[in-house]
Amino acid sequence: MIFGIDVASILLGGISAGMVLFIVSVGLSVTMGLMGFVNLAHGAFAMLGGYVIVLTMNALGVPFIAALAVGFVVTAAVSLVLERLLYARLYRATELDQVLFTIGLVFVFIASITLIVGPESQPFTPPAALRGQIDLGFIKYRTYSIFLIAVGVLIVIGLWLGFERTRIGAQIRATVDNRRMAESLGINVDRLFSITFAFGSGMAALGGGLGAEFLGLDPQYALKYLVYFLIAVAVGGMGTVTGVFYASLLIGVLDFALKLYLPKGGTIFIYALTILLLLWRPQGLFRRRES
Amino acid sequence: MSAPATPASEPRSASALSEHPAAQLLIRRHRLHWWEPAPWLLAIAFYFAFPSYLGFGSDLLIWILFALSLDLALGYAGIITLGHAAFFGAGAYTVGLLAYHGIWNEPISSLVLAAGVAAVIGLASGLVLLRTQGLTLLMLTLCTMALLEEAANMGHDYTGGFDGLPSLEIPPVLGLFAFNPLYANTQFLYSLAVLFVCLLLVRTLVYSPYGESLTGIRENTLRMHAVGSPVRSRLVVCYTISAAIAGIAGGLWAQNNAYVNLSALGLDRAATVLIILILGGYGRLYGAFVGAVAYIVLQHFLSKIYPTAWQLGLGLLLVVIALFARNGILGIGESLMRRKPKQSSS
Repeated sequence: MIFGIDVASILLGGISAGMVLFIVSVGLSVTMGLMGFVNLAHGAFAMLGGYVIVLTMNALGVPFIAALAVGFVVTAAVSLVLERLLYARLYRATELDQVLFTIGLVFVFIASITLIVGPESQPFTPPAALRGQIDLGFIKYRTYSIFLIAVGVLIVIGLWLGFERTRIGAQIRATVDNRRMAESLGINVDRLFSITFAFGSGMAALGGGLGAEFLGLDPQYALKYLVYFLIAVAVGGMGTVTGVFYASLLIGVLDFALKLYLPKGGTIFIYALTILLLLWRPQGLFRRRES
Repeated sequence: MSAPATPASEPRSASALSEHPAAQLLIRRHRLHWWEPAPWLLAIAFYFAFPSYLGFGSDLLIWILFALSLDLALGYAGIITLGHAAFFGAGAYTVGLLAYHGIWNEPISSLVLAAGVAAVIGLASGLVLLRTQGLTLLMLTLCTMALLEEAANMGHDYTGGFDGLPSLEIPPVLGLFAFNPLYANTQFLYSLAVLFVCLLLVRTLVYSPYGESLTGIRENTLRMHAVGSPVRSRLVVCYTISAAIAGIAGGLWAQNNAYVNLSALGLDRAATVLIILILGGYGRLYGAFVGAVAYIVLQHFLSKIYPTAWQLGLGLLLVVIALFARNGILGIGESLMRRKPKQSSS
């Protein structure tokens, strides 16, 4: 029975971490799939959102849910401005220029946060209702992790419906599959991209805030977890929602289990697995091969 | 053109061919330019003018060598990698492990070993990685580097983990020139000599037909396939040579500082070398020199006083380069040089 409890707690912990990974990475996946833009600054948007959320909570005493909404809106607005002013100039540039530009942007974000807020880590305390443990019948587990799983499930259902059932979702899918064809059919890809970019950055902001409890929040956040976000997208497949969801859960559970059983360098397996996976299916695990 | 009249005289037709303007241009391309001795004269002048900055100077030389190795892969062959520090670290750890465990520490042969190990890793990873391109390639190079970093961290008993291997014993170069941590005269001249040898190698390589085919692959892979160029083996060979040179740079770094740590393998170093190369201008051989001087000198004086402002400035600089000055400092210089006939080389 002890073993069963262990498995359950690993699954719950891993899935809750995976949910955060998914919420942050899904925007990156869709924007990369739409434009093929290598956006290494996505983690910086997650960080910005996390700071806005945590600071409005700590300094202004705004309730958690309202702070999340503020973080979403502020980050989406900032990203929209950057997209229109800067990103848009580089859609047809080489990958190298895109990589360079977004690395530069990451540095600007890190330095600005350090200058304005300070280099120290920001403490995040979940609201009282989400602290402590909850009894699930078969196991007692941390309420916040269960909350994260619930939020993640709601978001993935919402995104899936939006992606599969709405007009804009269909436009996104069409553009990911064949951009030229979509443009010929009169889909305004630039506008579509602006919308998804802002929305995806907003989602990243939510992830930054929700995950601050166990990922921490300091100016190095933007670079520290970038590899994880990129792995989730690369493994799940660019331009997918469900693919990134499964990949995130996989990585979350794997990472959680490895950290528990192999605290010294368990992450080596994640990198090795990613390499093997990408060699086997360069387009990602959950994306159809392009014809 | 009198070649068709005398089909038997091959030497003459060959000489007629070599008088063609295009041939002349190709021949002239690899001739020594008047300014090419300048970096070396400046380095020697630096040696006499700033004896107290030689440690800093040899650091700079190592960055140049590292950026030069990246120029071969990225600038000439167009392989976009975020994980070049993997090879720098492989070289550094080869030298460090051999010296720390008392197996081998003769400097020059250690560098050859470092190059060998880095080349093997470059060949092995290149064989599989270079099948892919775009984001997948980027991710794979990043993951390979992270894998090595994690391995170095995990093998704590041999590599010292996070703390690395301190106080390596490195005997004098050629048995004559001892390394002195306080007066880095030996380090500077030794690094300069290694850089010179490597530059000669890379220079010969990029101006050879092989180097031309690399440029062709960078500019139009499809066409190179169509003309029957063995694209993938060319890329793998280039990647391997580039890895070997990065390994030499890493080995040199370990010898000069007499320590190795995880910073040799990190994303920080990989990003920095990329920035240096882009700042100077890639695919130009001397971009590594200009970029490293500009970056390292600025960093040396600014980052200690205003670390955050330095990072902010660097970030803004990168954004500006990516948006407006894609060919770096040398690119700006070139476009200023040929103002009158406005020819685009893109």
